[in-house]
Amino acid sequence: MEGLSLTTIGLGLIIIGAAYGISRIASSAMEAMGRQPEISSKIQTAMIIAAVLIEGAALFAIVVVWMNG
Amino acid sequence: MKQTIKLLFAVLTLCVLPYSTYASDTVETHSEEEFDPMAMIMHHIADAHEWHVISYNNSEGQKTDITIPLPIILIDDGLQLFMSSAFDHGKKTVQQGKNYYSLYHGKIYKTDAEGTLNFDDKHEVLNEKPFDLSITKNVASMWISVLIIIGLFTRAAQLYRKEAGAPKGIQSFLEPLILFVRDDIAYEQMEKEKADKFLPFLLTLFFFIWINNLIGLIPFFPGGSNLTGNISLTMVLALITFFVTNLNGSKSYWAHIFWMPGAPIAIRPLLAIIEFVGLFTKPFALMIRLFANISAGHIIILSLMSLIFVMKSLAIAPASILMGLMMFMLELLVAALQAYIFTLLSALFIGMAVKSEEH
Amino acid sequence: MGFLTPDPGLVFWSAITFGLLVFILKRYAWKPILHAVKSREETIEYALAAAEKAKAEVEDIKATKVAIMNEAKVEREALIKQARELKQTMLQDAKNKAQEEADKIITTARLQIKREKDEAILQLKEKVAEFSVDIAGKLLEEELKASDKQQAIIDKYLHEVNFN
Repeated sequence: MEGLSLTTIGLGLIIIGAAYGISRIASSAMEAMGRQPEISSKIQTAMIIAAVLIEGAALFAIVVVWMNG
Repeated sequence: MKQTIKLLFAVLTLCVLPYSTYASDTVETHSEEEFDPMAMIMHHIADAHEWHVISYNNSEGQKTDITIPLPIILIDDGLQLFMSSAFDHGKKTVQQGKNYYSLYHGKIYKTDAEGTLNFDDKHEVLNEKPFDLSITKNVASMWISVLIIIGLFTRAAQLYRKEAGAPKGIQSFLEPLILFVRDDIAYEQMEKEKADKFLPFLLTLFFFIWINNLIGLIPFFPGGSNLTGNISLTMVLALITFFVTNLNGSKSYWAHIFWMPGAPIAIRPLLAIIEFVGLFTKPFALMIRLFANISAGHIIILSLMSLIFVMKSLAIAPASILMGLMMFMLELLVAALQAYIFTLLSALFIGMAVKSEEH
Repeated sequence: MGFLTPDPGLVFWSAITFGLLVFILKRYAWKPILHAVKSREETIEYALAAAEKAKAEVEDIKATKVAIMNEAKVEREALIKQARELKQTMLQDAKNKAQEEADKIITTARLQIKREKDEAILQLKEKVAEFSVDIAGKLLEEELKASDKQQAIIDKYLHEVNFN
């Protein structure tokens, strides 16, 4: 809470990384759905799984940062 | 259905009423006290030994808390049973036999007769903790959710037993959800014949997480607990998934972990290490994900509400409430989404473990 | 951090509660619900298959009907053709028969006429002979009054009559 600490910067970096990864997945999935709307449910599931894996890694990093910070 | 709900409410009211009158007592007003949003939020996120219902200023201007005391169960020199009201919100030390206990920030510590607590330099309590199996707020909330779930689904099951017509009433609400879990989660991630074995687990998991997420979002009693945002619960759920996955692992699953077929021999030990670590990181990620998502939601909504008190201005209230409402809507989505993701990933892990064919 | 350390009490109670919940729901909710849903799906599938089958049967019957009708048409045409031919032959036969009959009648009639004519000629001949004899008698009576003439005639006839 006292100004800009390394913890805060670390959390910011994690968010940037995770957001970039998830946005890439989402945009690719949208394109794929646009190209092949008939298998969009399968693409959606794959998208969620991939996004969730990134989210897991990000959360893991957040927890580590939090515990050390 | 209406009868069931009425009955449920009646039972709940009967359980609660005697406590609430007994539990209401007065505390000194702390109107001059600085509002600490962090403490308030952490208090709401954390588990508690009493269930706080409402606070108000009574006619004498004293702050009155209505709380429901919950039973304390300690295993420490035998079984110690008493109600949490004995602590008087942490102000009193309870004597049980020759042991003294006091409540500090929602945790019970062993103390001397005066309730002295020793702190280290990081302000962590050094006192010994007894083994605590108390029925805390989260446990009570979980039992309420379990009653709701059992009520809902056994009622639906009765309707199914009766006649084989089109679904109606509660059936038509629950059936698409059940079919969603069955078709889009279980049958999608594992072979159909094997999926049936795990369906009861996956269905229970989905509805348990979802309904508890929703109960956590209810801002007043008997909701508002942060059960699915508590690491203990998510750890239990993740561990159950871990055991279900690995106890049902097929030969090829274990082969893929310890001696990856198709990979060069030199790399295989390295892959084995990675895969072995992966065994534990998967449920670990499950645990952290649910905990962090739900806790974060609670923290954000509470922070938005805290803004009013931090700024000490009513003018901020409309913006705060609007943003809070938006977050609440988002949290409703997240409640379902996290239940879906937890179940989906569990199904995925189990599906990978039970897959029979080599490829 | 306090939030990242699991609380043994909650772990204990949630493990027990979740386990019991799975057990209870499996026994009293999921089994009957999933069973009912499955059997309903099977019923629907079966009904759809039956409907499909019935449709196919109807199609089959329709096809058979068309085939039978076509067959009947062909048969009818054949029958009509046959009948027409029969009529033709019958007519021809009748005509032929009639012709024959007519010919026969005509022939008979001709024969009859010829016979009658012959008879009539014969009778006429007889009558003419009678008249001739009568006339000849009368003439003779007249002639024979003169004796020389008698003698001449007798001689003449005698001359004419040949005894061989």
